[in-house]
Amino acid sequence: MSSDIKRGVSLYSFQHETFQGKMSLEDCFRTCAEMGALGIEIIGEQTFWGWPEASVDEARIEEWHALIKKYGATAVSHDFMLDYKRYKGRPMPFEEQVASVKKDIDFGARLGMKYIRALVSIAPEVLVAAAPHAEEKNIKILIEVHAPLHFDHPWIIRHAEAFDKSGSNALGFLPDMGMFLFKFPPVWKERFIRNGVPRNIADYIGKAYEDRVLSEYVILNVREMGGEGPALGMAETLRHNAAFEPKRMLDYMHRIHNVHGKFYQMDEDLVEPSIPYDEIVRVLKQGGYKGYICSEYEGNRWIEDAHEVDSVEQVRRQQEMLRGLLGEPNPAALAA
Amino acid sequence: MFDKMMLCDEGFENVVENGETTGFALLARLPYYRGLGLSMVEDIALTIDGEQIRREDVRFSVRGRSWTLDEMETVYDDRWNFGEKAKVTVLRAGGLAQGGHEVEIAVRMRVSYLPFVPTTKTRRELQLAA
Repeated sequence: MSSDIKRGVSLYSFQHETFQGKMSLEDCFRTCAEMGALGIEIIGEQTFWGWPEASVDEARIEEWHALIKKYGATAVSHDFMLDYKRYKGRPMPFEEQVASVKKDIDFGARLGMKYIRALVSIAPEVLVAAAPHAEEKNIKILIEVHAPLHFDHPWIIRHAEAFDKSGSNALGFLPDMGMFLFKFPPVWKERFIRNGVPRNIADYIGKAYEDRVLSEYVILNVREMGGEGPALGMAETLRHNAAFEPKRMLDYMHRIHNVHGKFYQMDEDLVEPSIPYDEIVRVLKQGGYKGYICSEYEGNRWIEDAHEVDSVEQVRRQQEMLRGLLGEPNPAALAA
Repeated sequence: MFDKMMLCDEGFENVVENGETTGFALLARLPYYRGLGLSMVEDIALTIDGEQIRREDVRFSVRGRSWTLDEMETVYDDRWNFGEKAKVTVLRAGGLAQGGHEVEIAVRMRVSYLPFVPTTKTRRELQLAA
């Protein structure tokens, strides 16, 4: 049975290609449309040079709207950053942070976005203060719940409480599926080995992760195994990642409006070896989720030292996997 | 990320002004998945053939505007954009000799959401354009 969940892509996924100018904005749109992933998410300042400190070329914004129309796509989210460390040695004052978020709301509205993404480190008071402006512009501000944070973390609970207290529907969550890291990603392990981690230590860390051993114990054990430098770096990743439970999203479904389909690698058999997408989709369906899952490929940085990066093929595989999990008909089967 | 792509093969050349070689320049990209306001670029450290370049001898230019690294710390109206090739110039009378030079670049960025200040560096031999 098909579901109401829709497929999209964050153009962050193609950063390896767009950084080098190997894919234009239209190439990105066409690629997503060919995969049937019609929701487009961007990091505003990655796609639009100049944003937010300087001006954005009006022609580029016109091009954006033309591409949305041409490919029948939907503008899902403008991910903003809010550089509250813009000034050396002092944080950006509260009022200026709020004004900055309002600017991003306006930019999101100019692009026809439904949502703008706030980074998880932003204080709830800033978002609450910007919420009336978001309501006016028909935009929701979604804070990205991203590892090492998770839905039971006090910082996230503080956000949830502040959102509830505000009474605004313009505030919500955007969970990043990387927080459901069930296995140590093979591409991470191989990269750490190339960086000099002895294989026996790398094997131990991968196994300890699967056994859910507390990160502090793993770090100590690696130290006692003679691990240093890169081996400790590999063990430290356990402090920033964990196998949280997808079902923890259920309490917050009424505020979850977009999902980052984070992945580190998609194998030829259409499986992400470290993130349990079957369970994730099951939970999202159970919770009645009707928004987008936007592919967010983040494997490039783990393999670029040794392998050719092919972001398009990686995203294509994830979209194929999602198509199957969502119960969408397979176009090849229909054609046959 | 993008470590190896920080240094561009093209654009490594001596700078000649009024017939006089005043330094050399190279093209560099920010090793990051987005751009950054210039006030958050904390340092661009260069080492040429093992010799560290002094911070005050470095100039940074994008789209025709140019700054010293100290000046950049208070530039709030311009950016080093995603994938943008910036011209990094080193003041040095006589420039560099023709041929290959071992170039190392290390960029330190102040990133709001990170609980540390990352430095990304790379090194390789570049051929000085004739």
